[in-house]
Amino acid sequence: MSQMKKVTLKTFRFNAETDYLPYYKHYEMEVGKDELILDLLNRIKWEHDGSFSYRRSCRHGICGACAIKVNGRATLACKQNALELVELFGDELVIEPSSTKRAIKDMIIDKSDFWEKHAAVKPYVVTEVEAHPETESKQSIEEFNNFLDSDLCIQCGACHYSCPALEVNDAFLGPAALNAAYRFTVDTRDEAGDERLAITAEQGSGVWDCVKCFECAEACPKEINPIEKIGKLHNLQFERGVAKSNVATRHAEGFLRGMKKTGFLDEADIVLYSEGYLGMYKHLGTAMKMMKSGKIHWHSGIPFINSIPKIKNLDEVQKLIEIAQTNKL
Amino acid sequence: MSEQLHYALFTGCTAKQSTPELLSSTLAVADKLGIKITILEEASCCGASHLQDFDEFLAHVLNARNICYAEKLGLTMITICNTCQLNSAMTKRALDKDPELKARVNEKLAEVGLEYKGTSEIKHFLYALIDEYGLDKIREKVTTPLSQFNIAPFYGCHNIRPSELHEEANGHENPYAPTSLDSLIDALEGNPVEYESKNKCCGFHVELQANHTSEVLAGNALVDAIDNNADMMVTPCPLCHLKMDTYQDSVGKVMGRDVELPVLHMPQMVALALGCSEKEIGLNFHVQKAKQLYAQAS
Repeated sequence: MSQMKKVTLKTFRFNAETDYLPYYKHYEMEVGKDELILDLLNRIKWEHDGSFSYRRSCRHGICGACAIKVNGRATLACKQNALELVELFGDELVIEPSSTKRAIKDMIIDKSDFWEKHAAVKPYVVTEVEAHPETESKQSIEEFNNFLDSDLCIQCGACHYSCPALEVNDAFLGPAALNAAYRFTVDTRDEAGDERLAITAEQGSGVWDCVKCFECAEACPKEINPIEKIGKLHNLQFERGVAKSNVATRHAEGFLRGMKKTGFLDEADIVLYSEGYLGMYKHLGTAMKMMKSGKIHWHSGIPFINSIPKIKNLDEVQKLIEIAQTNKL
Repeated sequence: MSEQLHYALFTGCTAKQSTPELLSSTLAVADKLGIKITILEEASCCGASHLQDFDEFLAHVLNARNICYAEKLGLTMITICNTCQLNSAMTKRALDKDPELKARVNEKLAEVGLEYKGTSEIKHFLYALIDEYGLDKIREKVTTPLSQFNIAPFYGCHNIRPSELHEEANGHENPYAPTSLDSLIDALEGNPVEYESKNKCCGFHVELQANHTSEVLAGNALVDAIDNNADMMVTPCPLCHLKMDTYQDSVGKVMGRDVELPVLHMPQMVALALGCSEKEIGLNFHVQKAKQLYAQAS
C-alpha cells in the first residue's frame, strides 16, 4: 500500500437533458502508481456512480476518444499516468471535459464544430485515380518525410479545445484542421494544394488568426506540434506565390523594411505599412496616448527622420537580407 | 559573490523604442545586484515570429547572426522579451540539431565574416535572476518591500511554451502551473495574486489582423487579475506589456466595463523593491497611470 496515494477527483457533472447548470462532485480514492486517468474514470463509474459518462474505446492512444482536461491541461485519459498529474497539481485533480461549454453529459462533448472544420480543409488526397489502376501510387521516403509528423493526428481534439483563438473566434479553423490542411497540401499525389492554401489563408478563419500562444503544441498527446504546421502553411503561401497582399501578409513581410533601415523593427512603420494610410485612423487614439506617455514620438513613422537608433554593423544585416531572402510578397 | 555574473544582453526592438523603461530598469537592477551586462549593440530584430511566417530561412540567418555576437564574447545571451527568447531559442535549436541547416546558414554568415558555433546559452533575464543569481540573494537586497501590493504575475506564452524547447533555460517551468514569477514576487515581499489567466495569451500577435480576438484575450486576463484584487500586473514580456497597458480603453469597451490596472515589466518591479531611482524605473512611460506606485512603495 505504500505506493498508494489518496487523491480527490473534483469531477465535472452535467446532463444537458435534465440539468440547468453543471456542478462538481468529489470522489476520493487511493491511487496506485500504475493507474491511468482512464482507470480513475472507470473507477468513478464502477465504484461510485454508474451514470457517470465518458468516451473511451481503444485504450491505446490511437482512437482519440478519451481526450479530457485535468486541471485545465489537455489529457488523453488512456495515456496519462494519474500520479504524474498529482505530482504536478497536488492531490486534488479537477476532471473536466475538453470543452465545458460543449458538454452533453459529463465528459462527453458535442464535437461537431471540430469535425466541420476538419472537413472544410479537404483532409484527403484530391486527384484523378483510375478505377482499376495497374500500379501503386508510391511515395518515396523524402516525399513521406514532407508530412513531418502531421500524419500522426488522431483527431482527439486536445489542441482544438485548448486553442484560445478558437474560444473567442468561432470562425477560426483551429490547429487540428490546419494540421490536416498541411498534411495533404504537401502530399505529392494531391492536386488541391493551392485551393487548400486559399482556404487556410482566409482572414478571420485561417492561419493569420492564430495567436501564436503554443497551447496546441503543449496539448497534443501525439507531440505533433500543430503550430509548426501553421507556420509552414504561412511559408507555403509565399513559397508558392499565392499570398495575397493584405494587412496580415504585409505585417509579416514588412518587418524587413525596418530591419533594412536600422536593424530593428520600425514599430510605427509596420502599422502604417500593414494597414495602409486609410487603415491608420483606427490607431490614432492609441498613437496619441502613446505619444503622451513618451512611448512613441511626434516624428515616429515619418520618413527621412531618424526616430530609431541603428544597430552596429547594420551593413551585415542588409547584406544577409540581400543574399538569404528566399520568399517574396 | 565568488564570481561576478556577466551576460550579453539582447535588448530586442521594443526596449529600444516604445518601452525605454524596460531597458533602464533592467540595467538598474543588474547594477544593484552587481551583475555585469554587455549590450549586444550589433543585434537586430528577432523577427517576432512574423518574419518567420514570411521567410523562415532568412529569420534563422538573422537570429544566428545575433547569437554569433554573444558567442564572440563567450557569454550567455540574456533576453528581456519572451518573443525574442522564443525566436532566438528556436533558431539555436534548429541549427544545433540539423547540421545541414547549420551549414547553409553559416554559408550566408561567412559572407559577413561570422560563424555560428552553438556555444552560447540563451536565457530570459527572469530565469537568470532566479536560477543563476538566486532568490535568497535578491531577498537580502530588498530595501523597499512590496508587502502592500497584490501583484498579478502574467507569464507570457513564449517563455513557457513549448515547454520542451524552454525547459533547459527556464528551470523546467511547468506551462500549466508556472511558479517563477510568483516566487520572485514573494522574494520581494509582495503578495502574488492567484488567478487562472496567468499563463494565458495576451493577444498581442494578432493586434492588427484579428483585433477582436486580441482585445478579448487581453481583456479576459486583465479582468481576471482585477477581480482577484490585483493592484498591478507584472510581466517578463514587453509585448504583453504593450498589449495590456496601451489598449485598456479599447479593451474596456469590448469587455463592457472599466479596465484600469498598471502593467509593470518584471525588471521594473524588481527595481522598485531594490530602491532604484524613479527615473530608472520609468513608470512615466506607461499609458495606464502607474507613477503613483513609486510614491506608494517608498
